[in-house]
Amino acid sequence: MDVLINLSLNGLATGMLIFLLAAGLTLIFGLMDVLNFAHGGLFAWGAYSGIWIYTATGSFLVGIIGAILTGMLLGILTERWIIKPVYGNHVQQILITLGLMLVLSEMLKVVWGPNQISASTPSYLSGSWEVGGVIIIKYRVFIIAVGLAVFLAVQYVLKKTKIGLVVRAGVMNKEMVQSLGINIQKVFMLVFMIGAGMAALGGMLLGPYSGVIHADMGMEFAILAFIVVVIGGMGSFSGSVMAAILVGLSGSFMAYYVPDLALAANMLLMAVVLIFRPQGLFGAKG
Amino acid sequence: MSTLLKLDHVETFIGQYHILQGVTFEVPKGEVTVLLGRNGAGKTTTLRTIMGLNHASKGSVSFKGEEIKDLPTYTIANKGIGYVPEDQGIFAGLTVEENIKVAIKKENEETHERLDWILNLFPDLKKFWKKPGGLLSGGQKQMLSIARAYVNENELLLIDEPSKGLAPIIVEKVMESIQQMKDKTTIILVEQNFMMASTIGDSFYIIDDGRTVSNGSMNVLREDEEMRRKYLGIA
Repeated sequence: MDVLINLSLNGLATGMLIFLLAAGLTLIFGLMDVLNFAHGGLFAWGAYSGIWIYTATGSFLVGIIGAILTGMLLGILTERWIIKPVYGNHVQQILITLGLMLVLSEMLKVVWGPNQISASTPSYLSGSWEVGGVIIIKYRVFIIAVGLAVFLAVQYVLKKTKIGLVVRAGVMNKEMVQSLGINIQKVFMLVFMIGAGMAALGGMLLGPYSGVIHADMGMEFAILAFIVVVIGGMGSFSGSVMAAILVGLSGSFMAYYVPDLALAANMLLMAVVLIFRPQGLFGAKG
Repeated sequence: MSTLLKLDHVETFIGQYHILQGVTFEVPKGEVTVLLGRNGAGKTTTLRTIMGLNHASKGSVSFKGEEIKDLPTYTIANKGIGYVPEDQGIFAGLTVEENIKVAIKKENEETHERLDWILNLFPDLKKFWKKPGGLLSGGQKQMLSIARAYVNENELLLIDEPSKGLAPIIVEKVMESIQQMKDKTTIILVEQNFMMASTIGDSFYIIDDGRTVSNGSMNVLREDEEMRRKYLGIA
């Protein structure tokens, strides 16, 4: 039983980290029709900048805030200078954002060196609880809680506020939103910024979870995030959280029970979902 | 009567296609101006050009004397132009209530009065207030699209083929609503159904091959069988 609980917690924590990356990706695709392969780079920059600030200040919270701000700033610059000129052209978007992903990864090596950097868990989040004989690692629960809090906060904004309504309408029909007198470009920038901030937060949280960060972590997680976006349904925020949990759990259980198939598990999961629901679990048809 | 909107030799390309090749017309304030013409003549592109959804490469589009040709769509809309597109532009995943809410620019007493008025005109919208827009019937979607454009204090409404694909009884209802709106706002109506358009319109412009080829009072067109046959293919 304790193995099942720990595998579940591990899967949920990994799922939440992927969700933080995938949520922005799916919103950016849904609203802006942009395939942003550089999103993983923002995740890695969040990790490096956050861990660096955390180490320098000694405050994990300040590190988190620093990571989010770094991600948002990079997000604005990316949207304005890199993505905006290629709106509406998927081929150019793929090429330019893949290029940006490589540049962002290499820039990490330039700034912080080529070696991986260790990241420690803050003292108040390290250690574990013992509940009914089961060891529960505090930091995993913390990641799950942060992921859920972000999900609920974004869900609240999307469902209960005017700006959320505009974003949801924009995902369905951008032209009509503009015809109603709304500046969709501003909404694009806001969504991109928030998506980038969430990705950077995910990167920062991953540091103490895995113990080390490295410049290629962005690409590794971006692949998982793209799988999640496809499984959840491109453009579906709720779909991204469900798919991220599914991918996190399947990865965790497969690694324990069928380690040889662990790497293929996510691909198989995606293939099965696409066979039965080509639009993804929560995606709209067409 | 003062001119609210004026198009002067407007030309618009969509990709490599030269769709509008010289559209010129004036819309007097407080009237219903009907744009007529065969399929593919350029009526919808004319409305989209006014809204800035297609950019006019030549000519001038002025609203209340101000040039709006090069403004972005949202700025044009905020100047007081409401748009009911041919495909209705309903946000399928949003409820009727949310479709209206997203359109409201400034919520005040005036907006509430206008909303009440339009909901009384279209009680079906009240009935399906919490239902997703995508689940409405064609007629209900058209009503919602008109309500959404009307709820703000727009000085001009652009309504594109409101009768398209609707049952005759629904067409009657939609046209009746436009007739009632006539007292409150200026309207440009694109309509294939000449009989319906002629009962509502004050004046007409005929667009043929991307050019305005004829205009006048709707009464004149009603009497001119030759012109109707030549440009609209109806007697």
